[in-house]
Amino acid sequence: MRIRNLLAVTMLTGIYSLVVAVLFVLMDAPDVALTEAAVGAGLMVILMLGTIALTTQEERRHRVRHNLLALVVVAITGAALIYATLDMPLFGDPEAPAHAHLSPRFTQESPEEIGIPNMVTSVLASYRGIDTLGEAVVVFAAAVGVLLVLGSGSVRGRRAKTAARSRQEDETP
Amino acid sequence: MNRYIVLRVVSGLMIPMILIFAFYVQFHGEYSPGGGFQAGIVFTAAFVVYTLLYGLDAAQKAIPPEAAHALSAIGVLLFAAFGFASMFLGGNFLEYKVLLPNDQAGETFGIIGIELGVGITVAAVGLTLFYSFAGRRSEE
Repeated sequence: MRIRNLLAVTMLTGIYSLVVAVLFVLMDAPDVALTEAAVGAGLMVILMLGTIALTTQEERRHRVRHNLLALVVVAITGAALIYATLDMPLFGDPEAPAHAHLSPRFTQESPEEIGIPNMVTSVLASYRGIDTLGEAVVVFAAAVGVLLVLGSGSVRGRRAKTAARSRQEDETP
Repeated sequence: MNRYIVLRVVSGLMIPMILIFAFYVQFHGEYSPGGGFQAGIVFTAAFVVYTLLYGLDAAQKAIPPEAAHALSAIGVLLFAAFGFASMFLGGNFLEYKVLLPNDQAGETFGIIGIELGVGITVAAVGLTLFYSFAGRRSEE
């Protein structure tokens, strides 16, 4: 079954993000859930809708060619990934390396050291400050990239509007 | 959108709430879930709702695209400034505890500062992306 209506696909993506956000809340990660809900279900859907408004709502039909080699590659890769998960510690396992080495240090000493109760914030902003700085730079780079490709909406819109206005003025007399 | 009076009235009540929630997520991030990134996105969402109802021109009158471009750089620079400030005060890059005489207070001050930088950047970048997509006319 395939949906060719891109509007419906965008809506489904947003719903998926909301469901995942609920899942994050259930796993006691409200910080991540807040981000997922705001970005995945909010801003991303809006940007997709904007793109659909500019382009088209229906996906073009292509003739589907079956590629056996691709199927084999996908099957092997999937099997390898599933095999790799067997090595991972169980979900919530207190003996897992991440819980045995790093967590005690952060959960027990960060309120003393940093003085704020939200450990996620202390890890993000203080212990891993350079990571977060890099993230901010990446977000900034995204804006620069979009501006380079699409241009600033305002300038173009204004130009188009003034052009339309002068055209109208040409036509009215 | 003049016809949808229910939408206009309800969103008129909602948008200030969303903005206040964004500031709450920003400045209460040390105690509750959230921080600069989430706050910035929520702030952008309020503007998206505003644009959907009142049009792009009204939104761009409130925050011009040029201001959004400048702010997205200012946020990153504010973040980096905290890093360099702690370097000049004798610590490592982004070692906030040297910023104030008390170690804990310095760390908290630094975290609030860089979260503000992240929030400004994310909100401005979100607005920039939205303006770029919404401001483009269809090629036809």
